[in-house]
Amino acid sequence: MSIINTRAGTVRLLAALAAVSLTVVACGEGDGGPVTGNGGGDGGGDGGDASNYPDQNITVVVPFSAGGPTDTVTRLIAEPMSEELGQQIVVQNVEGAGGTVASGEVANASADGYTVLMHHIGMSTAPALYQDLGFDPLEDFEMIGLVTEVPMTIVARSDFEPETLEDLIDYVTENADTVTLANAGIGAASHLCGLLFQDAIGVTVQEVPYEGTGPALTDLVGGQVDFMCDQTTNTSGQIAAGEVKAYAVTTPERVESLPDLPTTEEAGLPDLQVGVWHGLYVPAGTPEGIVTRLSDALKVALADQGVIDQMAELGTAPVPEEDATPDAHRARLEEQIETWGQIIADAGVEQS
Amino acid sequence: MLDNLALGLETAFQLENVLYCLLGVVLGTAVGVLPGIGPTATIAMLLPITFSLEPIPALIMLAGIYYGAQYGGSTTAILINLPGESSAAVTAIDGHEMARQGRAGPALAAAALGSFFAGTVATVVLAVFAPPLARAALEFGSAEYFSLVVLGLIASIALARGSALKALAMIALGVLLGTVGQDIYTGTPRFTLGARELFGGLDFVSVAVGVFGVAEILRNLENETTRSAFVERVKNLWPSRDDFRRIVGPVVRGTGLGSLLGVLPGGGHVLASFASYSVEKRLSSTPERFGHGAIEGVAAPESANNAAAQTSFIPLLTLGLPAHPVMALMIGAFIVQGITPGPNVINEQPALFWGLIASMWIGNLLLVLLNLPLIGLWVRMLAIPYQWLFPAIVVFAAIGTYSLSFNSFDVYAVAVFGVLGYALIKCGCEPAPLLLGFVLGPLLEEHLRRALIISRGDASVFFTRPISAVLLALAVGALVVSVLPAIRRKREEVFVDDD
Repeated sequence: MSIINTRAGTVRLLAALAAVSLTVVACGEGDGGPVTGNGGGDGGGDGGDASNYPDQNITVVVPFSAGGPTDTVTRLIAEPMSEELGQQIVVQNVEGAGGTVASGEVANASADGYTVLMHHIGMSTAPALYQDLGFDPLEDFEMIGLVTEVPMTIVARSDFEPETLEDLIDYVTENADTVTLANAGIGAASHLCGLLFQDAIGVTVQEVPYEGTGPALTDLVGGQVDFMCDQTTNTSGQIAAGEVKAYAVTTPERVESLPDLPTTEEAGLPDLQVGVWHGLYVPAGTPEGIVTRLSDALKVALADQGVIDQMAELGTAPVPEEDATPDAHRARLEEQIETWGQIIADAGVEQS
Repeated sequence: MLDNLALGLETAFQLENVLYCLLGVVLGTAVGVLPGIGPTATIAMLLPITFSLEPIPALIMLAGIYYGAQYGGSTTAILINLPGESSAAVTAIDGHEMARQGRAGPALAAAALGSFFAGTVATVVLAVFAPPLARAALEFGSAEYFSLVVLGLIASIALARGSALKALAMIALGVLLGTVGQDIYTGTPRFTLGARELFGGLDFVSVAVGVFGVAEILRNLENETTRSAFVERVKNLWPSRDDFRRIVGPVVRGTGLGSLLGVLPGGGHVLASFASYSVEKRLSSTPERFGHGAIEGVAAPESANNAAAQTSFIPLLTLGLPAHPVMALMIGAFIVQGITPGPNVINEQPALFWGLIASMWIGNLLLVLLNLPLIGLWVRMLAIPYQWLFPAIVVFAAIGTYSLSFNSFDVYAVAVFGVLGYALIKCGCEPAPLLLGFVLGPLLEEHLRRALIISRGDASVFFTRPISAVLLALAVGALVVSVLPAIRRKREEVFVDDD
């Protein structure tokens, strides 16, 4: 501890402090640095040459917090994609306003293939939920391909009376003015699934929004609210432990990690089909060669056994190869914007 | 029970695990010291690195970062009045005052020792009572949280060192600032001035670094530009016998309060440091010393905060439910490691569960061994001429704030709140109650509205649910004590600034 006894010592201390902070920031900076703008170039310029793409790090922007389901899916595919492309992929979390902050940033980034957006079903609901969005999901992006479609589960507090999905529908219909339906916030996947459920059974119930899945699930386990619909990534642990009661999974097929749980179709509600689909985007105007290169790398990543195994742990699976393409992705987005625009308008959700 | 603890200690004492624990707490201390770069950002950045580790060392390291940051956070709050999170804001009130009086050493030592004691006790609480406590905490619904926050706000008028009226005004301003952003129930943007960056609300770090740190620098520059060093004379590095005597009670009470509040998954941990400070000021026979460098005002909130940081793992580990954003990140880490977070973790992964708990005690020991020798070093920093120190503080604050979400908007917000904070100081208003309102206001609104949504607008839930009713009765009691005219005369002597 002798260094602290000299003035030089204090200077060294400051230098060390600065070094620590710069290292920490450098990690962050390395995570993509400024998303928008590429040092003034018009982006199309030297980045437009697809033949030597990629020759620098690629940033994938995730519009939700690190550690969440979307972030996890992104990091899973980033590794094999990065191997395939021969460049490092850095994941950057830009949170806010249901993912629209990140989308807006990527929409305005250089169209050189070095800034990529991972987004989920929220891309298709944004036009209906937000006014002055600042970007158009269909006009301002090129689609690279779909990634995965995370199934959702309808779950209730463990002492909730109904035992099956049919019981639940009857019970909710009879007790429409006392039942409470939780969700993780306006525009969250659980909110959308809840809207779809009400739409499918033709009954409106009291929705109880939370700030995120964590608090919503906490109150469900604590019995403060009656039921909700959320992604398997969030609910399967609680279902397995019997802390919540599960009625059905919202995809056409059963989920490997919850083999006893019937699908909505099997359980008598075929109209409720919803999955949290994820896709990759780059800014509009990105050269076709680059889009194809990224799309091919995505296909390779989705065929990776490690990715398949880890997705299975999360209760999901990669999309079939033909869906990991720009055309399939665009078609899905167009169809979903229409579908959700209608449902959200019918439900009377206000634009913000 | 003993078998479990033995398993835990055996796991935690494996060389690899001790090393990752050390790495975690060192990193945590480093990021805690730097304002703005909080544990959430650090864990988020390090998450991908932990993919390649075994689950146990990975989670031990991530947990170490979290509670290590709780230790480190008090350092900058005490030395340069830069609290990086809500708990440190309370420490800054008396801690920084102590530093100005040349008593930064005892303040830092009290914080470290109090934290160590709290960490040790909280580890035992975790090991012995985790499952029943987690069950009990689930009884807390929105009605209970609302009443708890009401009690917290009323009790915290004690945070003020000057006029109680101004303190109330500051709490109200803080509550208003807390309403900025998208309303979670309708999605309607409020007071966002059309800026999408404000949809998620103002960030605590921007506000705290502005009204505390930057405002403090402006005030110092106003009349002390000629002063060569921040503190002329550093008195002692170690708490005196008298200091030790003073902090024993506050540390024990702070630990108890923090352990209890930390268990509540709906945000009890943010109340811990505010609540324990208020309690100590009320219990003290010399409350007028609070706000002027009372060592109890450092020891109590630091103990409470560290205890709460540790017991906030209870809902996560026993039920798989995250109490705050850092815990949500930990859930991500569990999932990536192939462990489904949920009530089955204890049974399916006993080595992980008990090892993680035992590692917390080891981590706390490492932290106190690491931090006590550093005190001398930190205190020397205050001898740096102020004209060098303040630009460095501003740069660190800007870097830290920028790293929150890599958004320059947050840095501009620091500047704005710096000016606001300076204006408030000029009006004789203090920033601590403002921050309290800012932190608790959104909780108050969220739970009030949710309780009423669930009850279909029937306000009687606040009185018919027993826990809520008791909390409200306590709040009324606290209010009566502060406003009764007979007590009022005494209260004025106690609260009015007697500079």
